[in-house]
Amino acid sequence: MGDLLSLIKEFHFLAAFWMTIKLTVVGAIGSLILGTIIAIFRVSPVPVLRAIGTGYVTLIRNTPLTLIAFVCSVALLGTLGLSLASPHATDDVVQNGFRWGVIAIAVYHATFVAEALRSGVNTVPQGQAEAARAIGLNFGQSLSSIILPQAFRGSIAPLGNTLIALTKNTTVLSTVGVAEMSYAMKNMIEARASLLYMIFLLVAAAFVILTLPVGAFFTSLSKRMAVRR
Amino acid sequence: MSDQTTVLFDAPGPKARRRHLIIGVVAGLLFLLALFLIIRGLANPKNNQFTAAMWKPFLDASTWLDYLLPGLASTLLAAVIAIVLSIILGVLLGLGRLAQNRIVRGACGVIVEFFRAVPVLVGMLFSYYFALFVLHLPNRQAFFGVIVGLTLYNMAVIAELIRSGVHSLPGGQREAGLAIGLTESQSQWAILLPQAITAMLPSLVSQLVVILKDTALGAIIGYPDLLQSGYTMSNLYGNLIPTVIVVAAMYIIINYSLTRVARWLERRMARRGRSAGKPPQDTMIDNPAASANAAASTVGVGSL
Repeated sequence: MGDLLSLIKEFHFLAAFWMTIKLTVVGAIGSLILGTIIAIFRVSPVPVLRAIGTGYVTLIRNTPLTLIAFVCSVALLGTLGLSLASPHATDDVVQNGFRWGVIAIAVYHATFVAEALRSGVNTVPQGQAEAARAIGLNFGQSLSSIILPQAFRGSIAPLGNTLIALTKNTTVLSTVGVAEMSYAMKNMIEARASLLYMIFLLVAAAFVILTLPVGAFFTSLSKRMAVRR
Repeated sequence: MSDQTTVLFDAPGPKARRRHLIIGVVAGLLFLLALFLIIRGLANPKNNQFTAAMWKPFLDASTWLDYLLPGLASTLLAAVIAIVLSIILGVLLGLGRLAQNRIVRGACGVIVEFFRAVPVLVGMLFSYYFALFVLHLPNRQAFFGVIVGLTLYNMAVIAELIRSGVHSLPGGQREAGLAIGLTESQSQWAILLPQAITAMLPSLVSQLVVILKDTALGAIIGYPDLLQSGYTMSNLYGNLIPTVIVVAAMYIIINYSLTRVARWLERRMARRGRSAGKPPQDTMIDNPAASANAAASTVGVGSL
């Protein structure tokens, strides 16, 4: 137990844990915004927008996140010198790492958010829209009071899965030098090889603590909100 | 996809068609403008990415023979070994979760839930250092790390797939097995499992895409996969951005083809009806065990 506490203290594990949470929250907000736009493109009646949305999803989804993070840090920041840090920052390396990292996370997971929302729309039967029109609702009314509420309920479960995957995928950003949990894990093992198992269990437990409640919450939410059909 | 009427819209009339055309043209022009700006940004005189020197290496045989193709081979090798091991262990764990014995069921449940919650990279780092400090593998630790890291996570996902596949079979299948005198485990192995695996085949192929993408994590622990060897090569010629474009294209082509194979399998199975089970009803091809159908879904398999 003493070993564990000294590890956590010495390697700033709590800071790394907090960093993972920060990346998850900011990345999730970013991917939700971007993913919603892509989803709107993909279900729109305009063929050009649909093509752009489909193209984005196909390209980004088949590229490894590691490659995307790598492009953001090495190609865009390194080779092209696109800095996102504030001009007078003293810790511009850290700032750039975090901001580009969040962009990589958001760009990658936006595809999954878009697909989750689209699958939610696809769970709504055609008859619902026809019934809405039959009782005299116009397009805006049927969208806001009939179709979207059901579509959101249908996309709760896949959105929950995406959030959990996003939480775990923040580890990839250790390549970019963001000091999150897997980065701390590497440092710990390099310094204290004898505590290998304890370190692994510590990091694994941290992720279980982060993902288990989220999973349970989304499962119960999707069951409670499920549309009886 | 193109001419399917969605639940959201009616078939457009003349006015709507005109509006769609206008929106389409404007969006298309904006898209082309963005593309133009990106290309102009890449071609700016300070670091022009379109010079012949940047792209010429891709015409040399040595580029492909010494770097990219061996990298691709390493990636594919790791992915194939990982998927084979994952299927073997995943089937055992999946059956363990369906076992009669409560202790076996609980133990397998804990293993599956644990490894589903742990990120692949954390598993890889652990296996890498395990190979280094405990097994003392001479310069094989990166390979070991990639394979074991991928296997630990994907066996858990496949175990879930097997379980949901068996659950999707009609109860009569098991009962029929028992009725002709098979024991529980015989009917599991001879009747339920083959049908579950057949029903799961498209999802297994999709899982292969996930595994292929995750092999790129191996670059972090020094496994010479496609990403890593591309990076090594770009240091030689100073053409990082063209290399990244080529490597990304390779990943996208392979993964997209696999996705198409999965879809084709799904359609073919729907036609032939070889199994009483249904493939998981979900449109997230990357996320096989999560179905859009909330009643059958548990949140937690995030195999992105």
